[in-house]
Amino acid sequence: MKESLTAETISITGHGGDEIEAYLALPRDQETFGTVVVIHHMPGYDSSTKEIVRKFAANGYAALMPNLYHRDAPGASPDDAAAAARAKGGVPDERLVGDVAGAADYLRRLPGGNGKVGVIGYCSGGRQTFLAACSLTFDAAVDCYGGGVINVPEGLPASMTPIIDLAENLSCPLLGLFGADDKFPPPAETAEISRILDGFGKPHEFHTYEGAGHAFFSPDRASYRVEAALDGWEKVWAFFGKHLAG
Amino acid sequence: MCTYITEKIAATGSGKGASGWFRLSEASVYLDHPAHALADHTLNIDFLNPAQGPSARVAVELTADTARELVRAIEATLAAAPPGLVE
Repeated sequence: MKESLTAETISITGHGGDEIEAYLALPRDQETFGTVVVIHHMPGYDSSTKEIVRKFAANGYAALMPNLYHRDAPGASPDDAAAAARAKGGVPDERLVGDVAGAADYLRRLPGGNGKVGVIGYCSGGRQTFLAACSLTFDAAVDCYGGGVINVPEGLPASMTPIIDLAENLSCPLLGLFGADDKFPPPAETAEISRILDGFGKPHEFHTYEGAGHAFFSPDRASYRVEAALDGWEKVWAFFGKHLAG
Repeated sequence: MCTYITEKIAATGSGKGASGWFRLSEASVYLDHPAHALADHTLNIDFLNPAQGPSARVAVELTADTARELVRAIEATLAAAPPGLVE
């Protein structure tokens, strides 16, 4: 693999028919490829998450990240947009599902795409990945330390409720990557999610890394843990390779 | 963790943002992941004027110790002001 890719900002149709900004990266080494919707973390549609989108393309997947804060602050810098979205109470769950559905539809129609679509999200995007995978049809989903699946923190907007009741509707295999030192979600909560998914016979694979907390994948943050991040990426490649290839 | 716990106040004064000075209308105080500071969580303050758009913002991301020291310094400075100088 030569890791050749192209990346650009595009417009996609999101929730309610709204046109929203999105970041698309395409592999250039192969004629057909699996595809991935990337859900950004709470700090927003920022450079570090765009780097993740390009990483997927360098590894042979078309990846598309909708700007979940586009409506709140069109054209603003990512940190200003994140602040504006926060001031409005964050992204409503219904809108999130609509925007992710729009991104998935775009990828299913993408020339060269093999018709398989995965979803991955970080931080708040981890919870939103669980929500999307239980609300829409995907071929694989990866939840990276998403809190609020069972226990919703104090102060969350009324539009955001626990989503564990949706577990029965999980549409695809789920990979969960968590930190043992994370307070949100704590290991006890991810173990409970696993138990509930077992009860519904939903295929899933959870890994909890010792010595890592929240956001261990973020190389530009103090929370970065190189061993967990490198192993986590290997888990992602193996998981998507199994479920999105072909 | 991602928190949405936010304290909002009406603000009167001015701030200097990326495009220069602007009048403030409100401020938000919250504890969450920083965009830039090297800490897992910081006490963040946004001085804002939403009517001028999302970029009318002066942002700081402070460690908890710094935030507490800031509160102490503000209170000490106001308390030390000569009578009649501040309301």
